[in-house]
Amino acid sequence: MKYNPILRATAKYLIGPIMLFALYVQFHGDFGPGGGFQAGVFFAVAFILYALIFGVTNARRVAPMWLLRLLSAFGVLLFGGVGVVSMMLGGPFLDYSVLSHDPEHGQHLGILLVEAGVGITVAAVMMLLFFSFTGRKA
Amino acid sequence: MIAVVDVALLLFLVVTALAIVRMHNLFGIVMTMGIFSLLSAAIFTTLDAVDVAFTEAAVGAGISTVLMLGTLALTGRFQKPARRTNHLSALAVVVVTGAALMYGTYDMPAFGDPESPVQQNRVAERYIVDSAREIGVPNLVTSVLASYRGYDTLGETTVVFTAAVAVLLLLGRTRRERQELTERARRLAAQGEAQRAAEPKAAEDGSP
Repeated sequence: MKYNPILRATAKYLIGPIMLFALYVQFHGDFGPGGGFQAGVFFAVAFILYALIFGVTNARRVAPMWLLRLLSAFGVLLFGGVGVVSMMLGGPFLDYSVLSHDPEHGQHLGILLVEAGVGITVAAVMMLLFFSFTGRKA
Repeated sequence: MIAVVDVALLLFLVVTALAIVRMHNLFGIVMTMGIFSLLSAAIFTTLDAVDVAFTEAAVGAGISTVLMLGTLALTGRFQKPARRTNHLSALAVVVVTGAALMYGTYDMPAFGDPESPVQQNRVAERYIVDSAREIGVPNLVTSVLASYRGYDTLGETTVVFTAAVAVLLLLGRTRRERQELTERARRLAAQGEAQRAAEPKAAEDGSP
């Protein structure tokens, strides 16, 4: 697929909008369908499309494995960290109401951070899975 | 009208499932399973479960298909020819299981029944009535998923992370990296051998 000009040209125009859509799904999850999980998958799909058209070696240069390994753990840590912070501020584990002076603002902040954690982990893990599977022959 | 759509979608689902069973070309099977997922997503949409439909379309039809194609690139495109086995006992198992499942559906409440346990649930009522005041997020699914059921979502995220750890342990290294590692291990083993060969002499010299 590397030298197919139509695929290359189309993919170049598609990758940007896919990433933008992923961010939209991530931050619009409060109002419509979607959230961190779906956004993470879409974000990973943009990279996977790049890898399919331009080769896994190039894609790995954009998103190196060490960074993906780090990010996949960072997302879970961010999620758990929000829970620990809410405990330190005197609330139960993962009760976001204590994160801000106004309980509702605290909930908004907590959901935003937690969804970000889910999104980061899912995106990194999906890319890791794809690169590990396709990198076997390299 | 919605009944026509439902029947058509379920019919397509059955046809796709039969096609998957009949096929031997693994590439075709993977692509047909993508279609199966997309049809399931359409059914979830008609049930007004848009969040579930969204996930099914993204994960089931999208990522899974790509990952399975990646696996096919490593294994092969055709199924091994199946050996002749006892089809009658398999048919009996399938028929009995199917009959039990169908019998089980008679106990289920009708779709959208206001008297069903799900609708009567106090927890659901509290989410619906109080979440706008407590969480202030318009999408109820998000407030349940991220806040009320934050524990579950943390668990799910950990499961995803664990999957990545498992795959990395099994397939994480490329062939060249593995060769380098084996060579290094061999060198270290040879070094250890040489040391062990030298050590008894030193011990003999040092002993009184």
